[in-house]
Amino acid sequence: MTLEHHLPALQVVVPLLTAPLVAVLRPKDLAWAAATAASAMAFAISVTLTSMVLDGSVLRYEMGGWPAPYGIELVIDSLSALVLLLVTGSSTVALLMGRDSVARDMEPHRQPLFYAAWLTAMAGLAGIAVTGDAFNVFVFMEISSLATYVLIAGGTDRRALTSVFKYLIMGTVGATFYLIGVGFIYMMTGTLNFADMEARIADAPTRAPLLVAAGFITVGLALKAAVFPLHVWLPNAYAYAPHVVTAFIAASSTKVALYVLLRFDFLVFQGNLDGHAIQFADFMLPLAVAGVLFGSAVALYETNLKRLLGYSSIAQIGYMILGASLLDQAGVTAGVLHMFNHALAKGALFLALVLMARRLAGFDLLQIAGIGRRMPWTTAAFLLAAASLIGIPGTAGFVSKWYLVSAAFAQGAVGIALVVVIVASSLMALAYLWRVLEPAYFGTPLETEGNDAPTPLWPLLVLWVAALANVYFGLFPQLPVTLANQAAGALLGIPATGVFP
Amino acid sequence: MLELLGHLHYWVFAILLMTGFYALIAKHNLIKKLLGLAIFQSAVFLLYITMAEIEGGTAPIIQNGVADQIYSNPLPQVLILTAIVVGISTTALGLAIVVRIREAYDSIEDNEIRRMDRRS
Amino acid sequence: MSPAMALWVPLAGAVLIALAGRWPNLRETVTLVTTLTLVVVVAAVGIDVWEGARPYAHFAQPFPGIAIAFAVEPLGMLFAGIASLLWIVNSIYSIGYMRGNQEKHQTRFYVCFAVSIAGAMGIAFSANLFTLFLFYEVLTLATYPLVAHKGDADTIASARVYLGILLTTSIGLLLPAIIWVYVTVGTVDFVPGGVLAADPSFVPRGILEGTIEGPALGLLLALFVFGVGKAAVMPVHRWLPAAMVAPTPVSALLHAVAVVKAGVFTLLKVIVYIFGIDYLFEQHTADWLLWIAAFTILAASIVALRQTNLKRMLAYSTVSQLSYVVLAAAVLKPLSEVGAAVHMVSHAFGKITLFFAAGAIYVASKKTELAQLAGIGRRMPWTMAAFTVGGLTMIGVPPTGGFVSKWYILAGAFQSDNYLAIFTVILSTALNAAYFLPVVYAAWLLPEGEAPKQDHGEAPWPMVLALTTTAALSVLFFFFNAPVLELEYRVVEPWPGVVP
Repeated sequence: MTLEHHLPALQVVVPLLTAPLVAVLRPKDLAWAAATAASAMAFAISVTLTSMVLDGSVLRYEMGGWPAPYGIELVIDSLSALVLLLVTGSSTVALLMGRDSVARDMEPHRQPLFYAAWLTAMAGLAGIAVTGDAFNVFVFMEISSLATYVLIAGGTDRRALTSVFKYLIMGTVGATFYLIGVGFIYMMTGTLNFADMEARIADAPTRAPLLVAAGFITVGLALKAAVFPLHVWLPNAYAYAPHVVTAFIAASSTKVALYVLLRFDFLVFQGNLDGHAIQFADFMLPLAVAGVLFGSAVALYETNLKRLLGYSSIAQIGYMILGASLLDQAGVTAGVLHMFNHALAKGALFLALVLMARRLAGFDLLQIAGIGRRMPWTTAAFLLAAASLIGIPGTAGFVSKWYLVSAAFAQGAVGIALVVVIVASSLMALAYLWRVLEPAYFGTPLETEGNDAPTPLWPLLVLWVAALANVYFGLFPQLPVTLANQAAGALLGIPATGVFP
Repeated sequence: MLELLGHLHYWVFAILLMTGFYALIAKHNLIKKLLGLAIFQSAVFLLYITMAEIEGGTAPIIQNGVADQIYSNPLPQVLILTAIVVGISTTALGLAIVVRIREAYDSIEDNEIRRMDRRS
Repeated sequence: MSPAMALWVPLAGAVLIALAGRWPNLRETVTLVTTLTLVVVVAAVGIDVWEGARPYAHFAQPFPGIAIAFAVEPLGMLFAGIASLLWIVNSIYSIGYMRGNQEKHQTRFYVCFAVSIAGAMGIAFSANLFTLFLFYEVLTLATYPLVAHKGDADTIASARVYLGILLTTSIGLLLPAIIWVYVTVGTVDFVPGGVLAADPSFVPRGILEGTIEGPALGLLLALFVFGVGKAAVMPVHRWLPAAMVAPTPVSALLHAVAVVKAGVFTLLKVIVYIFGIDYLFEQHTADWLLWIAAFTILAASIVALRQTNLKRMLAYSTVSQLSYVVLAAAVLKPLSEVGAAVHMVSHAFGKITLFFAAGAIYVASKKTELAQLAGIGRRMPWTMAAFTVGGLTMIGVPPTGGFVSKWYILAGAFQSDNYLAIFTVILSTALNAAYFLPVVYAAWLLPEGEAPKQDHGEAPWPMVLALTTTAALSVLFFFFNAPVLELEYRVVEPWPGVVP
């Protein structure tokens, strides 16, 4: 048993065990350093795991040596590797540049606890991605959610508290729905292991409880993933959370919920409940389209930049669902790929806001006027990430749009309508980001704020790494495309085709 | 009738679930919302525990000399032990947030809080 | 010479210009050295193409079957040649204009200019629709700061129209069209495999041949024609007059040469290499293109006739002239395709001269309206002489380049007895004369209305040098056009072919 063999477990264990340690470290900078180191280590583990599954293989790890389905099994495939990269990567980048921002917003004695909560949240999210056990997913989901509530409640605005309360209620309802669904499946199959469930559902004496379970699980996870119209918790939670936290959760938490949704709806139910595939497409596709249009349209009229980006996320989540509900290799690839690319773009956008917050009194569109001249490098990085969100060619966002539109074209008449929706929403994205960029570059700054201290170099470098990742993965998207393609093959139960040359 | 009574535990589950759900949607008081949430979760605990019951089953403890004993399924009970812990943590965190909300707004009625937010 | 150098040289230039921003003389030297280097690079690539090679460069592979790559063929070679050659002249002119006008943000101006040229080179040499689209958007975004250069409210509003129309049409129509092609034939390479292109006797057939038919083909063509907003086919022409708020060197090189030519060049390439002229000719669903091009030519000429501002008149003249290229391409006969390519050159020389003259008049006298130009020929004889040559080439009077291209367009139209095209060309020639000749007449023959506030002669010498150079090029192109024709014939005839 080499160390490499234990990596799937270490992915969760490292941050989870570092968290209590960080909580008791008194010097706040030491706490930050320990948290960042643990996060970086988790990222390194993710990268290693990714390299191990890049050839299409699946890693299985038996917790405590108990074989599945009796013991808990950790399963790493392309989809989980992609999600792990997002979770650990966004956490590491946000921590690397977030120290000043946290120090400004929070009393010193609360900071170690904040970092401990951060690591717990990350461990929970990573746990969801590695485990192959349905109940384990519930536990990790609640661990990460509870920690995330704590993180969001750290926002300086008192509205952070009300928005986190709303999130707590809705998040718990979502998780409980999921638990009910898992309970029904357990009743019918006697197992909690995903792979085993898939095999045993076929033998279930009656279908009705399984359909009920599918309903509960889909709705519960859709709530967690902020799928329209279950998105109402998201804009305020993003808007009033500490800026670093927004960057982290915008890139990771909804994607993880979506990951479980895909797992369940495709792997567990799809092959077994005939008609569920159709149900998924018929039910989720209209929601996805509505979400894409609704999110973009609301963002067009939103005046707070962070809420605007939150509504944009609702639209982008719609893209992911839209791709997945096409139910073919190309569509699911596009949906999964967009999880990755959207995280890159949205993460970089929110990271830019972390730096801008140093100079701005708030993120009202009036308040950001002239920021392009006061912070040219930061705004340029924001511009780059915005281009990716719109889908300008040469950026990561374009790659997933390309796959999405290609997949939609293959669907005939419905596909043409979907192309129109995607294109219309891209144009709306252009318009709402333009509403941000034009005052940022040409507006006259309000005279109230006088803080013109130069931006420190280190966070700016980190921000630019995040922004340039959008260009890198726009020109060389082999890694995410390969992962997404294999993930789609696995989800649809067909061997991956058209592997990247 | 008998069939309905035979599913008694499902009825209890459904009624508890909806009671909790109603409270967390309809009540303005944040504490009452949290109570609703707790009832909502308890319903699910009940669902798991009752499903583990096997007619004539006993506690799953292996004893020497007793053979052919029917045991209740221990796994759901173990699961729900974990879920209870999670539920308590959620309620505790929720209450803590309510305390902070009261400090910040001097109110725990969500319609009043919403009014204050709109004014600011 | 690798065609990739044509991309790297202006980009490296942009970086160096940014670094040299604090020392204006050094910065301008860097600009000029970059322009000269680029011309040498393009010329070297051009010699390879002339000898029958098809230089190829590979950058990245973002999608299966789609590379970001350069593959040079005669049409792109021509476009790159004009853009790089005129960039030298334009840079000399810019130095005079920007300094003479004491403009702000000059470093940003030169940097964006270099990036725009890099974008134009990328469009010219692109091996497939995807690469073309990538650089098309680079060009749009890099020219935005140039259009919004002045930074006041009016300029920003116009710049918003500019960016809004160009990005909306490209993302909303062009991109779906490209993906449609990709989904249909599995490639977006202009020449399948890129291998056949190395064979000099190869004549492109169009990769869509035999796949999409009937109304769908017409729809796809519409997505391309209106998606390429830079070609300014009505009704997506509004951005071009809006772009006139930019400093004149920008209007001259970008909105008379690089950007608009990128538009018609894209359409030309799509028609020749993606649809294939013979296939499109057989499928009558593409006939509407002829009508819309004819309409644009005539309508824009009539609008130009009614303008009172010199630059706006030139902008509408450009809209009209661009549709000559589209019309020629839509005739779908070999000779007219050659005419389309040649018209890109002759219009470039003529229109840049006209804009240079307009800018020179503005710098010397601050005059922008047509009514103010009476008698200005006596104060600025060189400028107005060049303006006259430019006007004549727009009308198509020999001995100017405009005559050559009209000749080929008409010849192509006669090949297929296309009386609509013939009629349009003749009528628009009359309209062109109707709005250019009065300006020339007033400038030379009418007495000066009111004396200018400040006595003035010619604009600074770099500007005069630039505009006389391009006027001379216009005339020279009438006499020495054989190499261009021979090169472009290879697009439609097996090479070595018969050259008239």
